Amino acid sequence: MRRIVTAIVHNRSGVLNRVTGLLAKRQFNIESISVGRTETEGVSKMTFVVEVEDDRKLEQLTKQLNKQIDVLKVSDITDKAIVARELAMVKVISNPQIRNEIQGIIEPFRASIIDVSKESVTVQVTGKSDKVDALIELLRPYGIKELARTGLTAFTRGHQPQVAEFKSYSLLK
Amino acid sequence: MKAQASVEEQTATKTGADLLVEALIEQDVETLFGYPGGAVLPIYDAIYRAEGSFDHVLPRHEQGAIHAAEGYARVSGRAGVVIGTSGPGATNLVTGIADAMMDSIPLVIFTGQVAKGVIGTDAFQESDIMGITTPITKHNYQVQEIEELPRVVKEAFHIATTGRPGPVVVDIPKDISSTVYAKDVNNQFHLPGYQPTMKPNPLQISKLHDALVEAKKPVVLAGSGVIHAGASEELRTFVRNYKLPVTTTLLGLGSYPGSDELSLGMAGMHGTYSANMALYECDLLINIGSRFDDRLTGNLKHFAPNAKVAHVDIDPAEIGKNIPTQIPIVSDAKAALESLNGKPVKELHHKGWMEAISQNKVDYPLWHDQPDADIVPQWLLQKVYEYTKGEAIVTTDVGQHQMWAAQYYHFDEPNRWVTSGGLGTMGYGFPAAIGAQLADMDATCVAVVGDGGFQMTLQELSVLQERRLPVKILIVNNQALGMVRQWQEKFYSERYSQSIIDTQPDFVKLAESYQVPGYKIETQDQLLDVLPGVLQDDQPAVIDCRVLQKENVYPMIAPGKGLHEMIGVKR
Repeated sequence: MRRIVTAIVHNRSGVLNRVTGLLAKRQFNIESISVGRTETEGVSKMTFVVEVEDDRKLEQLTKQLNKQIDVLKVSDITDKAIVARELAMVKVISNPQIRNEIQGIIEPFRASIIDVSKESVTVQVTGKSDKVDALIELLRPYGIKELARTGLTAFTRGHQPQVAEFKSYSLLK
Repeated sequence: MKAQASVEEQTATKTGADLLVEALIEQDVETLFGYPGGAVLPIYDAIYRAEGSFDHVLPRHEQGAIHAAEGYARVSGRAGVVIGTSGPGATNLVTGIADAMMDSIPLVIFTGQVAKGVIGTDAFQESDIMGITTPITKHNYQVQEIEELPRVVKEAFHIATTGRPGPVVVDIPKDISSTVYAKDVNNQFHLPGYQPTMKPNPLQISKLHDALVEAKKPVVLAGSGVIHAGASEELRTFVRNYKLPVTTTLLGLGSYPGSDELSLGMAGMHGTYSANMALYECDLLINIGSRFDDRLTGNLKHFAPNAKVAHVDIDPAEIGKNIPTQIPIVSDAKAALESLNGKPVKELHHKGWMEAISQNKVDYPLWHDQPDADIVPQWLLQKVYEYTKGEAIVTTDVGQHQMWAAQYYHFDEPNRWVTSGGLGTMGYGFPAAIGAQLADMDATCVAVVGDGGFQMTLQELSVLQERRLPVKILIVNNQALGMVRQWQEKFYSERYSQSIIDTQPDFVKLAESYQVPGYKIETQDQLLDVLPGVLQDDQPAVIDCRVLQKENVYPMIAPGKGLHEMIGVKR
């Protein structure tokens, strides 16, 4: 099953290595990782998308992450109300004749063209991963010269609907 | 637990190395195990200046230093402290770091590093020790600024010795240790990401108590977590209150008296039949401080298949990792047992069960053949047990001799058994004995080693010579890598590929060249002549004891088999 797990970490050198090394050592399959600073100085947030077999594996993943000294909090937010976004940049082969056609394709996705050359345009799209996937598939027939994705970053919405039971693996509460 | 915070102000002109030495003194470090080299020269100079502040032990290989520190930590209950230089000095420590990680041994390891300016340039004697040790340490640091050194040292000791103990590496670039620093230094620390849960959840303790009252076939499994927590007394009270059968893991030997009537002995691959059958048939398994290692459980399908499992562990990640757990208790073993002992003692209904498994002890004891004159290793270990009255510190490597020591030496007290459990490190036993002896100079310290393992670290005989440490090295010499040989016999159709070692040094002459008395023993009579005297005197000794090569460790759970499928059980 695919899970979205966030980890709040101390922004120290080697932390990313520590965390990815841990996941690799314990055979967790990482689909994507994104890392960036947070509102608090010295504190960063990592968002992982991981594929785990079952709940026990997931529990092991969060517990092992929590054991790291530089990890402050781990949350599996998959089942919560979340805002999750990914950014992708796609360089598509396009001569001036079909530029408008591409413009038409990307519009419903609220993507934008951020660079134009004689042979290509670069499209920027943000959104959930499946939306990004969908746009890439639509652009693929034109010929993709280059593609870069950031991986998912996410947090919980300000308001959480009342659900009987959330799965929570945080040990710090 | 809140991290202790204090402010120390220092004003005099000092180098980073001086700050390190001061920080070690503040931690009450008594014994250091280390080996000098280029990148730690400033540190060794500071140690020279601080002469008398602590005892520095110089091994002849860094691996010797770190295993000695492990032995020291195991017996003293304090952190073992190690210094190694950059590059090869640091990489030579890696086996010991991994060993300490697997067995939860508190170590603080200082490695030298090339100067900050050349880190990453493949400089002379540079290795990425942070990268190398990240997966095998509880935590590691590379000191970036001189003023953070005292704080980092304090944090390192705190992390190594609290919660689930483990090794912490502090990598110190040479310019940090050599630079003069004149300002005030603050060593206050705060580790919000590290707050081990020490006290159990009362609700879970009640659940365990209820389960105990209901159980018809309860059994206690005691692991080294009990020893680390200093909870042996509490365990005894708990077990005796309810008259529960107790089995221990390899590393848990001594957590409960092995010669006690409630003790079933060690469980696992080479555990006793009664211990393994108790684990197989129980309806309530109370695991205190064991991580359900695969050498203990055998095939998971057949491990305590009908039991409700309660697991007390300070490391939440161990609970449910291998065995589904119905009653998880994240806690220090001592706190959990104290809280259990605070509950009213109720009578249990497990008399029939107690009788049945006690009868197993009588019906299916450990056994071995007994030739007329030749020595079988089991008998040898029995004799060591008799002559030391079960009071010695016993250290071992990994392999057959380790299992025989575990089976035939009954530890009644904690911290007397020093062995490489999780990593299974050859060459561990002898240097570990050096550290163990230094931690307790009054104890009789016997390093039970194989002829294979001893040859991996025997250069540490120099330390015995230098210090006149009265460590007794008992080589269980079967001229083979015994456990490898046994597995080849059983599972590889007797194809003894590279496991028979015909060519050996003359261990007696070898010992004598280090001015350590050596004895070659080939018959039972010779052993009976030599062993009692050697164990009693205050000299070191090397006893090369020739034992039957073909002897195997039994009983045994073959790989992939369950607890109830032991082979080599004799009635």
